[in-house]
Amino acid sequence: MAEDFMDESMLEIFLFETEQNIEQLENIVLISEKANTYSEESIHEIFRIMHTIKGSAAMMMLNNLSSLAHGMEDLFYFLREAKPQNVDYSALSDLILDGIDFIKSELEKLKSGGKADGDVADLNEKIHSCLTRLKEENAGVVEAVATAEAPAAAEKAEKQPVSSSKKAGELTGYEAVIYFEDGCEMENIRAFTVIHNLQDLAGEIFYEPADLLESDDSIEAIRQNGFKVVVYTDKSYEEMHQFFLNTLFLKELEFRRLESTDSSREAEKPDAAAGTAEKVEQQVQTASRDQDKNAAGSAATQSMISVHVAKLDKLMDLVGELVIAEAMVTQNPDLVGLELPGFQQAARQLHKITNEIQEVVMSVRMVPLTTTFLKMQRIVRDMSKKLNKDVKLQLIGEETEVDKNVIEHLSDPLMHLIRNAIDHGIESAEERLQKGKPEGGTITLEAKHAGSFVLVLVKDDGRGLNKEKILEKARRQNLLTKPEEELTDKEIYSLVFLPGFSTNENVTEYSGRGVGMDVVVKNLEVIGGTVSVDSQEGQGTVFTLKIPLTLSIIEGMNINVGKSRFTIPVTSIRESVRLAKNKLVKDPDGNEMIMVRGECYPIIRLHEFYQLPTEITDLAEGIFVMVEHDEQRLCLFADEILGQQEVVVKSLPSYIQKMHRVRGIGGCTLLGDGSISLILDIGGFIQN
Amino acid sequence: MNEFEQQNLAEQEDTLKGKYLTFYIEDDCYGIAIRYVTEIIGVQPITEVPELPEYIRGIINLRGKIIPIMDVRLRFKKPFLEYDDRTCVIIVEMNEINMGLVVDRVAEVLYIPDEDIAPPPEISKGHNRYIQGIGKVGDDVKLILDCNKILTDDEIEQLLQL
Repeated sequence: MAEDFMDESMLEIFLFETEQNIEQLENIVLISEKANTYSEESIHEIFRIMHTIKGSAAMMMLNNLSSLAHGMEDLFYFLREAKPQNVDYSALSDLILDGIDFIKSELEKLKSGGKADGDVADLNEKIHSCLTRLKEENAGVVEAVATAEAPAAAEKAEKQPVSSSKKAGELTGYEAVIYFEDGCEMENIRAFTVIHNLQDLAGEIFYEPADLLESDDSIEAIRQNGFKVVVYTDKSYEEMHQFFLNTLFLKELEFRRLESTDSSREAEKPDAAAGTAEKVEQQVQTASRDQDKNAAGSAATQSMISVHVAKLDKLMDLVGELVIAEAMVTQNPDLVGLELPGFQQAARQLHKITNEIQEVVMSVRMVPLTTTFLKMQRIVRDMSKKLNKDVKLQLIGEETEVDKNVIEHLSDPLMHLIRNAIDHGIESAEERLQKGKPEGGTITLEAKHAGSFVLVLVKDDGRGLNKEKILEKARRQNLLTKPEEELTDKEIYSLVFLPGFSTNENVTEYSGRGVGMDVVVKNLEVIGGTVSVDSQEGQGTVFTLKIPLTLSIIEGMNINVGKSRFTIPVTSIRESVRLAKNKLVKDPDGNEMIMVRGECYPIIRLHEFYQLPTEITDLAEGIFVMVEHDEQRLCLFADEILGQQEVVVKSLPSYIQKMHRVRGIGGCTLLGDGSISLILDIGGFIQN
Repeated sequence: MNEFEQQNLAEQEDTLKGKYLTFYIEDDCYGIAIRYVTEIIGVQPITEVPELPEYIRGIINLRGKIIPIMDVRLRFKKPFLEYDDRTCVIIVEMNEINMGLVVDRVAEVLYIPDEDIAPPPEISKGHNRYIQGIGKVGDDVKLILDCNKILTDDEIEQLLQL
C-alpha cells in the first residue's frame, strides 16, 4: 500500500534533500571531530538535520530511517539541553557516521528502485546505550536540566501507543478542522504529516477520516469536510493554534478549545464534537497573511535552488536553437542589399543578449569539485583511524568547475586511489620517522584546468612505487610485452594499471585484491579520461587523472580547411606562423618540416591528413598553427584562422564513436551560427 | 496517475503497431516501423567527419543534438544522387542511437498488418540482409527495413573491406 503514495517526484525530492542533508551532516561531524569537540552550533545543526530527516522519512513511510533519525535526534537533544562535560566525542562521531552510512545505503536502495528495508535495531540499540551512558556519566547535569527534559519525554512518547503517553488529567483538548487549498493534491498525505508532527506535541490524538493512508476515499472526504483533529496536550492554546496555522497549503482553519472533562472525552470524538461548542473561526485572510510572512522570511535566507539536470539540458538545447534562429533572421538572404540602419542596430542588441544567455546557460551546468573532494575527507578519516596511520588530506583547487555529468564518474576512481595511497603508499609512523619524514603522512588532492581537460592529481608523500617489485610481479603474471631493458620508468609504473596486477601480497579490507587500479582505468574510460602515474622511490607517488570536459566550455581557436571547420583548444596552441619568413625543410622521405627560430617542427597538412578538398594547398598561402602535446610540438597547416571563442564540447554521436575512432578528433562543438565544428585532439596527431 | 500514464503509453504503443513510414529510393518503396521514427526534416547543411565510410555523410545539428547522417542510397550501394528539395532526412532512434537517414522522398504512413508481411525470399541473401520482410499493400510491394541491422550491421561490411 505504501508504495502507492511514493509518488515518483516526491521520492526524487526526498532522496535529493536527504542526500544533501546527509552530506552536510557528514561535514559537520568530520569538522567537529577534528576539533575534538562539538560546538553548540554544530549540535544544533545536527539536531535540526536529524529532525528534518525524521520528518521527511516518516512522510515517505520509511519507518526504519525515521526511527533511526529519531534516536539520533534524542541523543543530540540531550547534548544540546544538558551540555554534558564528559563526552567521548570520538565514539559519538563513529556512531553518527555509522548512522549516516546506514541512511546512505538505504537511499541507494531506494534509488535503484528497491525498498528501504535495512534493520535499524542494532543501531538504535547502540544509540540508546550511548545516550544512557552519557546520562549516567553526566548525572549531575541531568538533574539540573530535568525540567528541560520534559518536551523530550513527550517526543519519546512517539514510540509508544499514542493514547497512553501521558496522564490525561493534565491535558487540555483542542479541536481543529483543517481545509487544504484547492488542487493541492494528496490531501491525505498532508493530513498524515500534520498528525505526524503533532505527535511531538500532543498526548492523545484523534482524527477523522481515520483511514488516512489506507484508502483513497479519505482524499475526497478531506476535500469535502476538512480534516478534523482532536488533540489533548499540555501546550497552550496559542502554541497549538500557531502549530495548525503553519500547516502547508492551509486554506482555512477552524480551531477551538474543548471544554470537556475526562469522562466526556469519548463522546467528544470529532464527529460528535462538530459544531457543538463555541467556535473560533479563523478567517482565511489571517492565515494567508501569516503564510506570506513566512514565505518572505524564507526567501531572504534561501538564495540557492536546485534544478533538475534534464531541465538544464533542455534549456541548453533551446538556447542553441535561439542562436540559430537569430542567425536566420539577421543574416536572412532577403535582407541582402537593403539599407536598414535601425534593423542592424536592433539585431546587434539581440545578438548581444543571446550571446549572454548562452554564456550563462553554459556556466549553470558547471559544478565545483568541492563536494566530491570533501567526500574523500571521510575516507581518509575512516582509514587512518582503522590502519592507525596519521594521514592528512590537503585539498587544492577544489573550486575547479566540471560538468555535472563528469563529476558523477569521478568519485569512484578517486576513492580507489586514495585508499591505495593510504594503505600501500603511506608508511607507518615509525618507518616515516626513521626515514626522516614528518610522522603524519599527507595526501594532496589537486584539481586544475589543462586545455580541454581537467587534471586531478592524487599525491602522497609515502614510500613510492618499487620498480623492482613491479617488474617481478609483471614477469610472474606474464604482463610484459617488451624486453625489460627497453622499459622507461613511466612504462614500468604504468604496469600497475593492467588488470590482475596488485603488488600488495596481503589482501586488506581496503585494497589489494588485484582489482582497483584497472577499475580506475575503466571508470575513467567511461568519460573518456585517462590516468597516469609517476613516482619517486621514498618520496611518494602522483596519480594524474585527466578528465575531458565533455560538455564543458573550452576556449577554442576556429580554423577552416576547405569547407570544414575545426576548433583547436587554445591551451594547446603555442603560436601561429606563416611560411614567408620561415624555412621549409624536407627530409629524404618527403616529410615536410618548418624551421621556426632555429627549431624544426614537423608539418601536418590537415587537408591531406583528412583528405579534404581545398583550394589552398600552397604552404605559402595558408597558415601554420603550432600546437603542443606532452612537450612535443608540431605545426598544423590550415587555410585560415577564423577566430577565437568559447565553445561547448560535445562528444561525437555514439554511433560514430563505436564505428571508428577518428584520428585526432576529440569531439565537436556548435559554433555561433549553428554549424558544427570538429574539435581537434592534438594527442591524436602526435601518436601518428 | 502512473497507472494512467502507463495505460496511455500502452495505447500509444498500440496505435503505432503495424504502422510503417514509406519512402522511396529510386523507384523502390521501402517501409520503416514508425515507432523508431522521431521526426522528418529537410536536408540541412551536413558537417563532414573524416575517415568514415562513404555512406555516413557526416553530422548535423538538430536543435543542439548532434546526429550522424546516413545516406540510405549509398548504404545500399546505389549511385549518389544530389540532394534537392524533395530529399528528406528521417530521424530514427533505436537503442539510444540516433541517426538521420537520407532518402529520395518520403511517401506516407501505411498500416500493414503482420499477416500481410511475408518473410524475404531466401535466394539472394547477400543483397537484402537489411530487409525484414515484404509487405503487401493492394497490388504494391513495400520492402520493410530492419532498422536494427541498418544501424548496427557493420561487421560484415568491415570484413568485406579487408
